[in-house]
Amino acid sequence: MKPQLVWGNPLWDSKACTSLVRVSIQTRGSAASPYVISAHNLTKKYGDFTAVDNISFDIPAGESFGLLGPNGAGKSTTMRMIGGVSQRSGGTLSIMGLDPEKYGPEVRSHLGVVPQQDNLDEELKVRDNLIVYGRYFGLPLSYLKPKADELLEFAQLSEKAGAKVDDLSGGMKRRLTIARSLVNDPKILLLDEPTTGLDPQARHILWDRLFRLKEAGTTLVLTTHYMDEAEQLCDRIVVVDKGRIMAEGSPAALIRQYSTREVLEVRFGSERNATVAAELAGIGERTETLPDRVLIYTDDGERALEEVAARGLSPLTSLIRRSSLEDVFLRLTGRSLID
Amino acid sequence: MTSAPVPLTPAQSAAKARRLGSWYFAEHTLRVMRTYAASVLMYSVGTPLAYLFAMGVGLAALIDANGAGAFGGVDYLTFLAPALVASAAMMSATGEFMFPIMDGFKWRRTFFGPHASPLAPAQIAQGHIIGVTIRILVPTAIYFAIVVLFGAAPGPWAWVSIFTATLCALSFGLPLMAYVSTLTKDSGQFAAVQRFIVTPLFLFSGTFFPLATLPWFLQWIGWLSPLWHATELGRVLSYGYAEPAWLGAVHVLYMLATAVAGAVLSRRIFTRRMGA
Ligand SMILES: Nc1ncnc2c1ncn2[C@@H]1O[C@H](COP(=O)(O)OP(=O)(O)OP(=O)(O)O)[C@@H](O)[C@H]1O
Ligand SMILES: [Mg+2]
Repeated sequence: MKPQLVWGNPLWDSKACTSLVRVSIQTRGSAASPYVISAHNLTKKYGDFTAVDNISFDIPAGESFGLLGPNGAGKSTTMRMIGGVSQRSGGTLSIMGLDPEKYGPEVRSHLGVVPQQDNLDEELKVRDNLIVYGRYFGLPLSYLKPKADELLEFAQLSEKAGAKVDDLSGGMKRRLTIARSLVNDPKILLLDEPTTGLDPQARHILWDRLFRLKEAGTTLVLTTHYMDEAEQLCDRIVVVDKGRIMAEGSPAALIRQYSTREVLEVRFGSERNATVAAELAGIGERTETLPDRVLIYTDDGERALEEVAARGLSPLTSLIRRSSLEDVFLRLTGRSLID
Repeated sequence: MTSAPVPLTPAQSAAKARRLGSWYFAEHTLRVMRTYAASVLMYSVGTPLAYLFAMGVGLAALIDANGAGAFGGVDYLTFLAPALVASAAMMSATGEFMFPIMDGFKWRRTFFGPHASPLAPAQIAQGHIIGVTIRILVPTAIYFAIVVLFGAAPGPWAWVSIFTATLCALSFGLPLMAYVSTLTKDSGQFAAVQRFIVTPLFLFSGTFFPLATLPWFLQWIGWLSPLWHATELGRVLSYGYAEPAWLGAVHVLYMLATAVAGAVLSRRIFTRRMGA
C-alpha cells in the first residue's frame, strides 16, 4: 500500500493513515532498530554552502543527547531536520522509524520542540498560546484547559496566565515556549538552546524539570553553549563544527580523551600573554593561548604552577581547575564555545 | 506532572491534523482576530454609516436632482451601494492578507510555531485563508444589512452580494497573499499596494460612475479589477441591472480563477519557504 499523502485532503482516510503509521512503527521502529532517532550521512546545503556535512548518529529511547558547537556549526539546522521542518539535501533520517519528509505530521506529532528563537503568538494571552498550540495536535479543549494550567505552573507563569505574551520578559517567554513544547506530552523533546536568556534560578529549575522528564523516559535532544548544562543533562554529546562531527562520547569520556585532568590558567595581562606563552613551552602537556589568558594542560596543576615560578615568571593571577567540556571544545575546534 | 494522560496517540494526532489542520490554524487566526474584534465591529458599522450618509444621502440628493437617468433608472444610492459593499470587503482583505503574512514569516515568525506541530505549511496558508474569509463575511453582512436599512437593496437576491463581495475580497487578497509571502523585507511595498493598487481600483472600477463613462484607455482597469466584476454582479443582484448572462459568468469565473490561483500559489510558496 502506497497512499498518496495530500495535506488537508478531506478524502484522506484517517483510519488507513493511522494503521499505516502503526505498521511502519512496528516494523521499523521496534523490530529493526532500538533507536528513536537515526541519522545517516545527513547533509544540508543552502545553495553552495554546506551547513550540515554528512553527519551520522543514533539516539536510543530515553537518552539525553547533546549537540555542542560554536555559532554557525549547524546545530539548529540539524535540529530542524530532525524536527521535520527542514528538507534535508542528502542522507537518511528516521524518527520513530519514519522519514520526516514523507511522514511529516506523524513525526511531528511525536515531538515537543523548543526552537532557538521564540515564536509565540504575542497577540494572544499566555494561556491561550498553550491551548491554541495543543489544538494543532487535535487535542480537545477539555484536555487542554487543565493541561494549560498545569504547564503554566510548571513554567512558573500561573500569575501571568491572562497577560499578553507581549508583556512578558524575555526569560518568561522562553519558559512559555518550553511549556508549549510539552502540551502533547511528547516522548521526544528537541531543545535548541533552551536556557539561553534564563536567569540562573530559572535554569536550575528547568534542569530539574528536564531531569524529571528524562527519568520518566523522555528522549532529550538539546543544543547548548553552556558546558555545565551539557555536563549536567547529557548522557552523550557530539561536538560539531562547520557541519561535521568532531567527537562523540559522554561528557566524562570526552574530557578524559581530549583533555588533561587539570588546567592551570595564568594571566599576564592582555599584551604579554602571547609573548610569555613561548617561555611556558614544555610545562604541562600542552598550552593554549587565549587573548586574556594562557591555559596549561596538565595532570598536576600545582607542579605546573611551581614550574612557571621556577622559570622566573610571575603571572598576575593564576587558577587551577578541573578540565571541562570547554577545554575539549577548545582543543577540538581551536575556538571558545561562547564567541 | 500529574494530569490526565493525552487522549490521543501521536498517530491519531497526526491523522486529525492531516484532515483538519487547516481548520485548526483558522481557529488560531480567529482567536487572534478576536483580540481586535471590537474595533472590527465598530469599523464595520461606522464605515457603512459614514459612506452611506456622505455619498449616498448627501451626494445622491444632488445627483438625483440633476437627472437620475444616468444610473440605469435607479437612484444613486442604490447604484452606489453594491460597489461600497464590495470595496469595503476588498479593503479589509488587503490588510489581512498583508500584515499577518509578514508577521508570520518575518516580524514575529508566528507561522514557525505551528510549523513544528503536525500542521503542514500548506495548511497554515489555508487556515489563514479560511480565517480571513470568515473575518470578512461578518462585516460584509453587517454592511449589507445597513444598506438594506437605507432602502438601497431592493431586489430579492440582493443578499447574495454578501458572498460576491467576499469573493471579490479573495480574488484580490489571495494573489496579494502569494506576493507578500515571497517578501523577505518590508521596504515600502505595503504602502505602495495601498496607494498604487487599492486606491486606483477603488476609484476606477465603476464604483462611483459606470465604467463606460471612463475614457477607453482607462477601462482596462475595470476589466482587471475584481472590484468591477463584484460591483457589476452586485448591481445585477441588488436591483436587476441588465447584463448579458455570459458577462455574469465572466465576473464569477474571473474572481474564482484569481482567488484559486492565489490560494494555490500561496500554498506552494508557504511549503517552499518554510521547508528550507
Ligand atoms: N535559511 C538559511 N539560508 C542560508 N544559510 C543558512 C540558513 N540557515 C542557516 N544557515 C547557515 O547555516 C549555518 C549553520 O547555521 P545554524 O543555525 O544551524 O548554526 P548553529 O550551530 O545553530 O549556530 P548558533 O549557535 O549560532 O545557533 C550557518 O552558517 C548559517 O549561516
Ligand atoms: Mg542555533
